[in-house]
Amino acid sequence: MATEIESFFLPAAMRQEITAHARQESPRECCGLISGRDGALTELYRMTNTYEGIDFYRIDDMDLYRLYTDLDAKGDEIAVIYHSHPVSVAYPSSRDVEYAAWSDPVYVICSLEDQESPVLRAFRIVDDLITELAIN
Amino acid sequence: MSVGSSVAVLIPTPLRKYTAGESRVSAEGSTIAEVIDSLNAQFPGIKDRICEPDGEIRRFVNIFVNGENARQLDGAATGLNAGDEVGIIPAMAGGN
Repeated sequence: MATEIESFFLPAAMRQEITAHARQESPRECCGLISGRDGALTELYRMTNTYEGIDFYRIDDMDLYRLYTDLDAKGDEIAVIYHSHPVSVAYPSSRDVEYAAWSDPVYVICSLEDQESPVLRAFRIVDDLITELAIN
Repeated sequence: MSVGSSVAVLIPTPLRKYTAGESRVSAEGSTIAEVIDSLNAQFPGIKDRICEPDGEIRRFVNIFVNGENARQLDGAATGLNAGDEVGIIPAMAGGN
């Protein structure tokens, strides 16, 4: 029996913003968050990647704490964690899975492997299990 | 600093399955390590998600005391006062 793929609405403006951010940070990985409320996405936040190399990201810990507590106080949540793969496919790497401590947000990955045609894909990563969502 | 200080602990969404969904709980202790033990007594299993086996804070977890990263203070030995706010935030990271 075919399993229905969960769909995930990512507004065009946010898709463009993630792609622009990925291009701007390349060859480093970009990273950011999108807040949400009651199932709707509210705001995109570009975050600082504090990892100095080109093949990893770590969102600035202090900025994350500040944003998280602000959102939590307002009753908002972190709905999306996005990052880029400048030279590889838009699929969670083994390290993406290893460090996916947050199981509620959707993980969006922007691949610039084909620089002319960036690819965005969305996933849930829960207990090391990757499930793709259909972006619409 | 008083022994047995009561502090407020902010629980992030990934750890709320241990706290029956509570986002803010109280715990007792005069250091972060004691507060984590107090949390674990109330919510068994939560300590393993926060600490290494030696009791230090896991590399990809941050604990903030009134907005300051405990890693820049004394780590798990950081002293606490009654009424302090302790925030636990797993890092967001990955790589290709």
